Formats: sequence, structure tokens, C-alpha cells
Amino acid sequence: MEHTVRAYDAELDTITSELARMGGLAEAEVADAIRAIANRDLALAAAVISRDARLDALETDIEQKAIRLIALRQPVADDLRRIVAAMKISSNLERCGDLAKNIAKRALVITEGDPITPLTASIERMGELVTTRLKEVLDALASREVDRAVAVWMNDHEVDEHYEAIFRELLTYMMGDPRMIASCAHLLFVAKNLERIGDHATNIAEILHYEITGAAMLEQRPKTDSLEPQ
Amino acid sequence: MTGMAPDAVPRELADTSVASIAPDLVKLDVQSLDFFYGKTHALKDVSLGVAGNAVTALIGPSGCGKSTLLRTLNRMYALYPGQKATGKIILDGEDILRPGVDLSMLRAKVGMVFQKPTPFPMSIHDNVAFGVRLYENLSKADMDARVEESLRRAALWDEVKDKLHSSGLGLSGGQQQRLCVARCIAVRPEILLLDEPTSALDPISSAKLEETVTQLKADYTIVIVTHNLGQAARLSDYTGFMYLGELVEFGETGGIFTKPVTNRASDYITGRFG
Repeated sequence: MEHTVRAYDAELDTITSELARMGGLAEAEVADAIRAIANRDLALAAAVISRDARLDALETDIEQKAIRLIALRQPVADDLRRIVAAMKISSNLERCGDLAKNIAKRALVITEGDPITPLTASIERMGELVTTRLKEVLDALASREVDRAVAVWMNDHEVDEHYEAIFRELLTYMMGDPRMIASCAHLLFVAKNLERIGDHATNIAEILHYEITGAAMLEQRPKTDSLEPQ
Repeated sequence: MTGMAPDAVPRELADTSVASIAPDLVKLDVQSLDFFYGKTHALKDVSLGVAGNAVTALIGPSGCGKSTLLRTLNRMYALYPGQKATGKIILDGEDILRPGVDLSMLRAKVGMVFQKPTPFPMSIHDNVAFGVRLYENLSKADMDARVEESLRRAALWDEVKDKLHSSGLGLSGGQQQRLCVARCIAVRPEILLLDEPTSALDPISSAKLEETVTQLKADYTIVIVTHNLGQAARLSDYTGFMYLGELVEFGETGGIFTKPVTNRASDYITGRFG
């Protein structure tokens, strides 16, 4: 149902559509950063780095609009949850952008060395998984489907497992050939960054769950499964 | 994949939701209360527990029955023609709706402050002493002490201590309203009913009255009717939302304003009503 004061709806909708735009940008940043590593594409890496400023600006804009709305409209209940969620989600997306930018910077360095295809292929697979999770949670955000958000949150362990596997793979390469240590160290950071992007997707799922249901996701987490890698 | 359409997002579907309060906290227990003005069914099967030493706010659109409910709590409605109340309101184990209840004693126990300040055309001191004289025979020294204590509790003492014998009508609106609170608490009631007490006050006076109410909570049970949702949120521990004579949702204020569980309460507090 619409608010009696319709300008209020318009202001809320502006924040929601800016958040959707930010989500699309963040998703593209992550996907392109991974492609830059996989394809040794310097131009794409540079583009990812320069586009990050747009995410920063959008985050600031959403935050300012949300603060203004809180001050002027005193939102409560689902409106309040929506605005607080928008602020928190935008800050998670901004972090995703920073991490993608960092991956792109490392792509520039890694590309200077010899190709290490098996490793970059592993990173690419992990990247695809993380991008899919980010896309899934952003779709859940757009369609406001709490079940999809829960699904993203439940599968958090997949990314962690990939990270563990890549960590061991990189150690093996570094022990085998010390000349590869520099590139492998960069790839380790890339993997860590991807793992953290996965965490941000999980955060967004939690925030979305709270926004829609008013309850914390923790209440639903099955107590039996330990998702921590040993 | 569940493929729910955006419109099918699990919006809370409860029709009514009235939380119960732990029995040992309940000061005033309203049970299945119906109220009629002639043929008008103004309250429909209202049950709620009013917690002691807490502020309970009643909110809802005009004509929803919140003032009527407030007025049953000290039987102020007895002044209206053609009225009838059924059900029970238990105060300290006694049903105050029972015939034969001493209304003057009941109103000493359950005081009320109205929308517009109603100081009597007499001095500030006598305004506060007026009610006390009806119930108690105090010496001058004791009466002065009672007046001072009441004015202090109403957070008005510092502003009027040097002009206790000038007219109460000379005070500002906000001061007059706090004078009415002082007059009310001077007879040492247990329950304080406030019917839109700040609707005629400026923001600073409203804030002072809100601060007074917060202070009084330690010693009194307070029920406030307000159209100011921000005030209900700031001031109360429990909130009841009423609509068309029905208590639609009742629960802790923090819950109602962040996660209401009925659509009607949610639409009302977020400004989507009607």
C-alpha cells in the first residue's frame, strides 16, 4: 500500500533504484576483475580500477539520502528496516567494489609474469562461484524473495571450501618453484579477496532477511552443521 | 526455487495480536470490555494488561475508541448519557466496573490529565492543594510540603516556587499542563491517565512534559492516549493500536515500531492508512 504522503514513496523508491544500480555495478566489477586475471587483459583491469569511484559515489549518495529521509520522515517498521538495510547493503557493495579493484591491481602485476594457467583457472572457477552468489543475492534483493537470500546464506561453505583448496594448491606451487612465489602470493590475495566478496554476499543475504521479515537470520540457522573449515 | 512474486513477499498476516503481560507485572487488567454509547458499540471485546510502573500508550485514528478506553479506566464515562460497559477492569483485585464502587475514591486512585490544560482560577498553590483538601485534612505545614513535593515531581517547582500565590492562569500552556499533573499526583493516585496531554503544547513544553512522565513512571502506572506516534515511541514501554473499537495490536513499544505483526498497525504507523 502507498503512503498517504506520496512524496515519501518516491524518496524510498529512489534509494531502492540507486541500490539496484549499485548492485549491478558491483557485480560487473567483480566479474570483470576475474576476467582480467583469467584473460591477462590489462585494459579491462585498468577499467575496473577507474570504475570503482562510481561505486564510492553511489554509496555516499545513498547514505546521504537515507540520513535525510530518516531526519525528515521519521520512518518506522518496514520503512525503517528498508532504509537501514539500504545503507548497510550499499556499504557491503562498496566493499565488494574495493576488493574487485584490488584484484584488478593484482591482475596488472600478475600479467607482467609468465602465465600460470592451471592456477588462474582455479581462481576463475572460484570467481564464477562468488559472482554467481553475488548475482543470486542481488536478484533476491530486486525481487524481494527472502527464500533466495536464505539459499545464498546456506551455501556459504562452498566458497570457503574453494578458498581452502586454492590455498593448498598455491602452497604446492610455491614449494615446487620459488620463482613463482611472487605471482602465487598475489593469487593468494586474489583468492582471499574473492572469499571476502562471498562473505559480503552472505551479509547482504542476512540484511535482506532482516529487512523483509524483521527477524535475524541466526534464528533459522540449523545448529547441527558446522560450516567452518577444519 | 520458490518463484514467489514480489507481491507475495511474506507480509505479516496476523489480523490481531495482543501480547499478554506477566501477571505479576499487571496493575490494571482489562478483561473482555465492551462499551456502548446508546447504539454505538464503541469498544469491542477489549482485553489488555496494563503494566505497573510503566507507560502504556494507546494509538489509533480518531474515533477508534482509545479515549473511550481511557475513560473507562476511572469510569469518567459515567458522566455520559446512555452509556453501558460490560466486562471487567480489575484494579488491585477489585472490579472497578462493579456497581457500588465509590467513584470519588476510584478517581483519587486513578487520576486524569486532559488534552487542554484545565487550571482552576485560583493560585498555583491552591490549584495543587484543591484535590488534597477533598480527601485529607492536612496541617498548613503538611499541605505546603505536599504542594512542593507534587510540583517537584511534575518538574514545575523551580519555575513557580517564587510565585506560588499568583494565579495558575498566568502560567504558559506547558506550565499549566504540568500544574494539572501536579494537581493530579498531589492526591497520591496509583494510576495516571493522560489524554493527549501535549496536543496543545509547543515542542519544548511537550519535551518537558514527556520528561516529567518518564520520571513519574518510577512511582505510577501511566496510560497515555496520543496522536503523536513519535511521542508514543519515545515515551511508552507498551503500545496498543486500536481501530474501530477493537484492540488490533498490543505489545512492547520497541517491537511495534520496528516489527509490527498486524497489517493494520503496520499501515497506520508507517503512514499508509486508508
